[in-house]
Amino acid sequence: MKNKTVKLMQGNEACVEGALAAGMRFYAGYPITPSTEIAEISAAKLPRIGGKFIQMEDEIASMGAVIGASLTGLKSMTATSGPGFSLKQENIGYAAMAEIPCVIADVQRGGPSTGLPTSPAQGDVMQAKWGTHGDHPMIALSPSSVKETYEVTIKAFNLAEKYRTPVIILMDEVIAHMREKIEIPDKDELEIINRTKPENNFENYNPYEVKEGELVPPMASFGEGYKFHITGLVHDKTGFPTNKSDVAEDLINRLVKKVEKNTEDIVEYEEYFLEDADIAILAYGGTARAVKSAIDMAREENMKVGMFRPITIWPSPEEQIRKLAEKVRKIIVIEMNLGQYYLEVDRIANKLTEVHKYGRVNGELITPDEIISYIKEV
Amino acid sequence: MVQKELRLSGSGGQGLILAGIILAEAALLDEKNVVQSQSYGPEARGGASKAEVIISEKEINYPKVRNCDVLLALTQVACDKYIDSLKEGGSLILDSSVKNKPDRKDIDIYNVPILETAEKKLHKPMVANMIALGSLNGLIRIVSDNSLEKAVLNRVPKGTETINKTALKEGLNLIRKYKGEYYERQYRSNEINATELCQAK
Repeated sequence: MKNKTVKLMQGNEACVEGALAAGMRFYAGYPITPSTEIAEISAAKLPRIGGKFIQMEDEIASMGAVIGASLTGLKSMTATSGPGFSLKQENIGYAAMAEIPCVIADVQRGGPSTGLPTSPAQGDVMQAKWGTHGDHPMIALSPSSVKETYEVTIKAFNLAEKYRTPVIILMDEVIAHMREKIEIPDKDELEIINRTKPENNFENYNPYEVKEGELVPPMASFGEGYKFHITGLVHDKTGFPTNKSDVAEDLINRLVKKVEKNTEDIVEYEEYFLEDADIAILAYGGTARAVKSAIDMAREENMKVGMFRPITIWPSPEEQIRKLAEKVRKIIVIEMNLGQYYLEVDRIANKLTEVHKYGRVNGELITPDEIISYIKEV
Repeated sequence: MVQKELRLSGSGGQGLILAGIILAEAALLDEKNVVQSQSYGPEARGGASKAEVIISEKEINYPKVRNCDVLLALTQVACDKYIDSLKEGGSLILDSSVKNKPDRKDIDIYNVPILETAEKKLHKPMVANMIALGSLNGLIRIVSDNSLEKAVLNRVPKGTETINKTALKEGLNLIRKYKGEYYERQYRSNEINATELCQAK
């Protein structure tokens, strides 16, 4: 038995610890409540291990710096909240198009606009998926505890590296600012994935050439000796822009398929008392904590209620939600917004079962008592 | 003790968030489950500020304190603001400087000169939070004395260990007088049953 480090830690702190364990060596950001501790702790820790922290002039530039650093081979990250997340969208699309691994932690607060800076919300769920324009792959993970924030952050880096795509950690103020127990595992117990590098063929390197049967091209770093071009325009295997319709069709399809064909690898979820449930509550992030408490209370009253909690929000766990819809009488989607993920669940359930929504946008975490009342109401 | 919910309130700058963190870390040392959170917002800088700690033998799901078992209030504003969140039968540790006592017959009120002791006796107003911790734990015995002291020493700046330890003990002494002989006997016998103690006023 190895000695594990047990600590009391905030969600934001666990995010940084997870990032460092995953190999983050570059952070660029423009601090914003309630994500600020991620920047603060990264600033304190990165220089000590030979990494770099830079506070940029705004969120757009931060995202640009993260992309640039990743192109030199460093695992890179930024953190923000709603208003900053909006600004980063253009460059997130660039990272998706140019296939640059990077991690964006979005600690959600009340919106729209500057909204409720210090209050929790989950209003960026659809923005995480569709905030940037055009068809693109998207991976977003939503942790529900401090420990899970650590794990999900490592997973975010791993998926970014594996699929060469931006990955979003969709946190909320509840998890970001609460402190609870975390056991930090030994480094050698962690699975860390690094991007695949090309095989030293400097002359004939095509940065976007994909091997037969694969979807992700190997990635060289700037400065290693490879010559290559990066653009947000549609490009061919050389990385230079093209207007050819067949190349565009193939490229965008391949980008989307990187995630679509690998949902099994990407999707993670938790089931709670679902075996005999006839009502399933679907919740994620901080809200899922209230739902769990509500289910414990409901079970004491012999109500057959369970919870399905997607940890991977995008791509959505379609297969699991469909099976759930076949099994239960009702699905209630509870979230700190007015029904964003509800839209996705309702689409997947496809009339197989009743889907209800319960949401709050007052800047307060939904309470177990009001969840119980709502279950009784429907 | 299955689960206890505590709310530490006062004004921004009194160190109650640190006190909450220390209490939570002491609970971890005792291998209990714990969630700590705080008021986060403009009120954290002056005005009423609060730290919340839930300590449990079970897994803690809902992370916010709803109705607390124990409320510590160091100021009138904090007392007025949070008194309604104290459970029926709950305990209120109220700083003696608070003039208007709450009008509730269903709770136990302990008037403790926390701020005065910090200022007049220890000549360090900044250790009021440690005195408060000493009193709080003296009353409800939620964490072991060893763990509490260890947690305090892990968090306080070097060179301030003695004053902080003294402050903890002062806090404990302040609450002891409420407990009388029964408390002393139980406390010494080392078999402390929080529920019994709370009943034995």
